[in-house]
Amino acid sequence: MQSGFSWRVAVFLLPALCIYALFSAFPLLDTLRLGLYTANENGVRSFAGMDNYITILQDPQWSHAFWNAMANNLKFFGIHMVFQNPIGLLLAALLSLKNVRFSATYRTIFFLPTLLSVVIIGFIWQLILSPLWGVSERLLGLLGLGDWFEPWLGLESSALFTVSLMSVWQYIGIPMMLIYAALIAIPEDIVEAALVEGATPWRIFWFIRLPLILPTLGLVTILTFVANFNAFDLIYTVKGAMAGPNYSTDILGTLFYRTFFGYQSQVASPTMGAAVATIMFLVILCGVAGYFLAVQRRLQRFAL
Amino acid sequence: MKSNLRLVAASALILCNTLAHAGNLTIESWRVDDKTLWEDVLLPAFNKIHPDITVKFAPTSPPEYNSALNARLTAGTAGDLITCRPFDVSLDLFKKGQIDALNGAPGLKNFPESAQVAWQTDDGKSTYCMPMASVIHGFFYNKRVFAEMGLKVPETEAEFFGVLDKIKAAGKVAPLALGTADQWETNQIVFTSIGANHWKGEEGRKALIAGKKKFTDPEFVSTFDVMAKWAPYLPKGYQAQTYGDSQNLFGTGRAAIYPAGSWDISYFEQNSKVDFGAFKPPVQKAGDTCYISDHTDIAMGINSKSPNKADAKVFLDWLASKEFADLYTNKVTGFFSLSNHKIDVKNPVAKEMISWRNQCKSTIRLNAQIMSRGTPSMENELWNVGSQVINLKMSPKEAATQIQTGFAKWYAAAK
Repeated sequence: MQSGFSWRVAVFLLPALCIYALFSAFPLLDTLRLGLYTANENGVRSFAGMDNYITILQDPQWSHAFWNAMANNLKFFGIHMVFQNPIGLLLAALLSLKNVRFSATYRTIFFLPTLLSVVIIGFIWQLILSPLWGVSERLLGLLGLGDWFEPWLGLESSALFTVSLMSVWQYIGIPMMLIYAALIAIPEDIVEAALVEGATPWRIFWFIRLPLILPTLGLVTILTFVANFNAFDLIYTVKGAMAGPNYSTDILGTLFYRTFFGYQSQVASPTMGAAVATIMFLVILCGVAGYFLAVQRRLQRFAL
Repeated sequence: MKSNLRLVAASALILCNTLAHAGNLTIESWRVDDKTLWEDVLLPAFNKIHPDITVKFAPTSPPEYNSALNARLTAGTAGDLITCRPFDVSLDLFKKGQIDALNGAPGLKNFPESAQVAWQTDDGKSTYCMPMASVIHGFFYNKRVFAEMGLKVPETEAEFFGVLDKIKAAGKVAPLALGTADQWETNQIVFTSIGANHWKGEEGRKALIAGKKKFTDPEFVSTFDVMAKWAPYLPKGYQAQTYGDSQNLFGTGRAAIYPAGSWDISYFEQNSKVDFGAFKPPVQKAGDTCYISDHTDIAMGINSKSPNKADAKVFLDWLASKEFADLYTNKVTGFFSLSNHKIDVKNPVAKEMISWRNQCKSTIRLNAQIMSRGTPSMENELWNVGSQVINLKMSPKEAATQIQTGFAKWYAAAK
């Protein structure tokens, strides 16, 4: 065993490091830099320090748009945490039970939407929910709930919730798979010992299986958080970059898009867009750091 | 041997020359619907005269066009010819030096000053895009439905609502095919079209720019009032109805009236069998002067980073020719050439719409010039408040106040 610096390790690290630096680290640093500049109408850039950030947080129009997007993004994340992950856990728990017939088929079916393109998902759900050609009104009618039907995607009160549920429907396969993998990794003899002791399946789940998969649940939470705060494509597909009605589905991703690339007659502003992107980066960074400090360190892992 | 060498040299020279001449041009555009017309009609006509220039038409869908074009221009990967949106969006490209000035281009002589304004600097000194066409806004109506119910084409707002009431009472088809999910129609097809009769077209528009009028004045608020009155006549669940849905409703004969831009003519001609006519935005009371939104919509400029500007100029000159004006007006139905050439419009609906120019006064979209320049962007604001007014979530007064406040924020004359 050699100790100290090893050339071999350096050589093997080099390709990955180069690619990562070139396509990930450098663009990120350049975005941070660009957010400190401003451009005049002729596109000439000059250093502006924290001006962009002050504008975003203090100008009434900007700050209203920003905090609205931030609040919507938090709701978007909240809906995923309340629906996607618990349902994913439930499905995984059911699938990992013994003697479930066709469990492989179910697993595939639940996972399928994840593989489809977001554009297709958005389009299909828009059609299903469409007040003109959709089937949802008729289906509700069959249940005698025809009066309950509303153009959910077009109402300020329900648009964000509806879009979030579409996203939940699409991505539920991922937490399900991760948790399922953790569940089947639990050694049988622990569960059998508990059974011999007279524990009910219910108790076994709450007191044996759940504590053992907590690290995975933490991982799922953090993955959901990062994905939701980077979300853009579904909203853009279903509601466009204006994220209507009245910006009720506007999240940080769509706000960034409008700012950076411009939209209709809103002229593109790469410098302001970079500032918005930097704020998004900081939000995600703080979220992840907070999670690691507060939660990850306390998680107990059991050597199985 | 020597002669052989000479032959080789000569042929190499000829080859090099043809290579230098065989230009390739790419056109950036948002007219996805016209792709086949460009490829089958317009470009072959151009190649008859200039067989050595290969032109490719590469459109991006309208909502993404401005942003995608911006990104490509910045990255240096944009096409040689840039289809220009009117006024501020293109002015911004010119100010950033991304499209060239066309001053002195021979083709510009064929266009009246009024057609060039949309692609000139504020002082009128530089023109940077070759004007192509304008669009006219109004309403399409299903002729069969009108005939069956014995309805007359409405002239005034009272008659318009009378017709809507009758269609609604009959309950067979939707009175108005309009939704607010995509938002843009509420401004570009509705507000700036029906409002021209309220604010007297150019008079009101110029008064706003001069700061003599405010959006909170009665003529602007009353336009929002009319829009709010439309709500009961829209299809069920119109809040989630997209532009495509509206087109389908009217195209399949399930709606009687469709608020339209003239570009819709070519869509319905190609994709539906509906027999439709057009009527102009109704005036407030009988005998009023009528105003139409006759909007300078589309032009073409040269990418300043294009490696092939000589050929691009040749193409723009052809755009200014009578041949192009005729082809564009009659093949890409619903776009009216802006040039001085006398063009016979063949399509009956397009002919009807262009005839309004002689009966009414023309104006461009209210907020197109100067007003959408600042932050917040008035165009985007108008989409938002327009759809909220039709959704009955915002009162006409609130809508007008929000637009005026946003305008006054950055525009000195509006304060």
